[in-house]
Amino acid sequence: MRLDSKTAEKFAKAIIWSAALLVIAVLLAVIIYILAKGVPEISWDFLSQIPRSMGRSGGISSTIIGTLLVTLVAVAVATPFGIGTAFYLTEYTREGKITRVIRFSAESLAGIPSIVYGLFGFIFFVIYLKLGWSILSGGLTLAIMILPTIIRTTEEAILAVPYMYREVGFSLGGTRWQTITRAVFPSALPGIANGIILSIGRCVAETAAVILTAGSALQMPESLFSPARTMAVHFYILAREGISMENAFGTAALLIILIFIINVVFNMLVNRFVAKGR
Amino acid sequence: MGRTKIEIKGLNFFYKDKQAIRGLNIEIPENEITAVFGPANSGITTLLRTLNRLSDLIYGTRVEGEILLDGKNIFGADVSVTELRQRVGMVFDVPTPLPMSIYDNIALGHRMAKRPKAQINEKVETALKMAALWDEVKDRLHTPAARLSGGQQQRLCIARVLALEPEVILLDRPCSALDPVSTSKIEESLSRIKDRYTIVIAPHTVQQAGRIAGRAAFMLMGELIEYGDTSDVLTNPKDQRTSDYVTGRFG
Repeated sequence: MRLDSKTAEKFAKAIIWSAALLVIAVLLAVIIYILAKGVPEISWDFLSQIPRSMGRSGGISSTIIGTLLVTLVAVAVATPFGIGTAFYLTEYTREGKITRVIRFSAESLAGIPSIVYGLFGFIFFVIYLKLGWSILSGGLTLAIMILPTIIRTTEEAILAVPYMYREVGFSLGGTRWQTITRAVFPSALPGIANGIILSIGRCVAETAAVILTAGSALQMPESLFSPARTMAVHFYILAREGISMENAFGTAALLIILIFIINVVFNMLVNRFVAKGR
Repeated sequence: MGRTKIEIKGLNFFYKDKQAIRGLNIEIPENEITAVFGPANSGITTLLRTLNRLSDLIYGTRVEGEILLDGKNIFGADVSVTELRQRVGMVFDVPTPLPMSIYDNIALGHRMAKRPKAQINEKVETALKMAALWDEVKDRLHTPAARLSGGQQQRLCIARVLALEPEVILLDRPCSALDPVSTSKIEESLSRIKDRYTIVIAPHTVQQAGRIAGRAAFMLMGELIEYGDTSDVLTNPKDQRTSDYVTGRFG
């Protein structure tokens, strides 16, 4: 039996549409389910108090701070290295053996499961460098984890900047550094920011690598050398050990809201910077 | 013909194995418009890009011979490329405003050269006036340059080069993407500034060479075929190939 082309067209359209709808439906289902179960748990006390009796009661303030600090360390360390590497690869060197080695390394890093980073961070930062279970160990481990993402997205953003911009910079007597910072970087910034947002999302959501390196302490961290529990780790433990499903959902809901806020704020900052030229 | 500004001696240019310019000798006079014309792949763009060493950026290129700017070889070891490019400015075939304001576009060269900040306002205004763009943009200097029309963008690019107060201006088919009205505006402003600058232009048509250039050079396959006063080269060419080209028999 052969379908005539009109029927085939309708058939294909139906399949493609339902595939797309299914994606949206799953996304909405997850978010709505978590928010519906979690948002009622969120209160001022939930936000401002530290967990009591293993998280069965009290709030989650220390895990919010832990999450923010671990992520901040990771992004602050990985961003300069990632952007630097990407600019080196695209602007300062020709395609050759070295760039291939660097790219291959970055891509291999991207393919490693996060638990392996956790193990490495545990052995290297926690034990060998004697940083202990700490925000610093966790942040540095996550920095290595997100480095490939930042390199890759930055590279793509740089390559998307018209080659002519560089010629204009050079032809006006600019040095390579001036040309890159003034003519190339501003145009690449939105793409770079996207990579950073993506990386923030991965840091905030990470559990395996964080448990092994930042620990799961419930008290409020006092410095970067304090151990900390992130929100993702917190609700993993709450749910896994059956401590409190209510608080696990509350934490998860807050995590979703936090990621959303970070996205919006970051986008606004970038847009404000970029708007000047558009 | 006035004083020689640029003297090219025995210039050969190679992209890897492909030779783009063959044994070029030419003297370009100061404060005049010199048009270098010919069909595509004649080495004209390469020549312009060699004059301010923008060709350095392309990997695998090789230059032989000398280009003397005021008697000094621009390939000399003691020449600063950035300084050379401030003296020899370039306007490209496609208008290329950078994604920033009109003002910032014009001020860019000045800022990169680290010249005194106090002068920037004045230099921007002067440059825009010389490029015949001031009246159209003076009320919106801080709006994005990308919002200008194509012709305005190209005049912006000319102003951007003028703001650096160069000695030589290279224009690579600056009007090839523009309509006739914009083209005539650009030609007007070039004619107005030619007494103060040495201008080398690759015109996009033979007619444009005839309208604005005092001297004209015809190039073919990387070789200089004929060079002289524009009126002679266009109306009374000595070489058959020049004659064929300007009368439209090929190209």
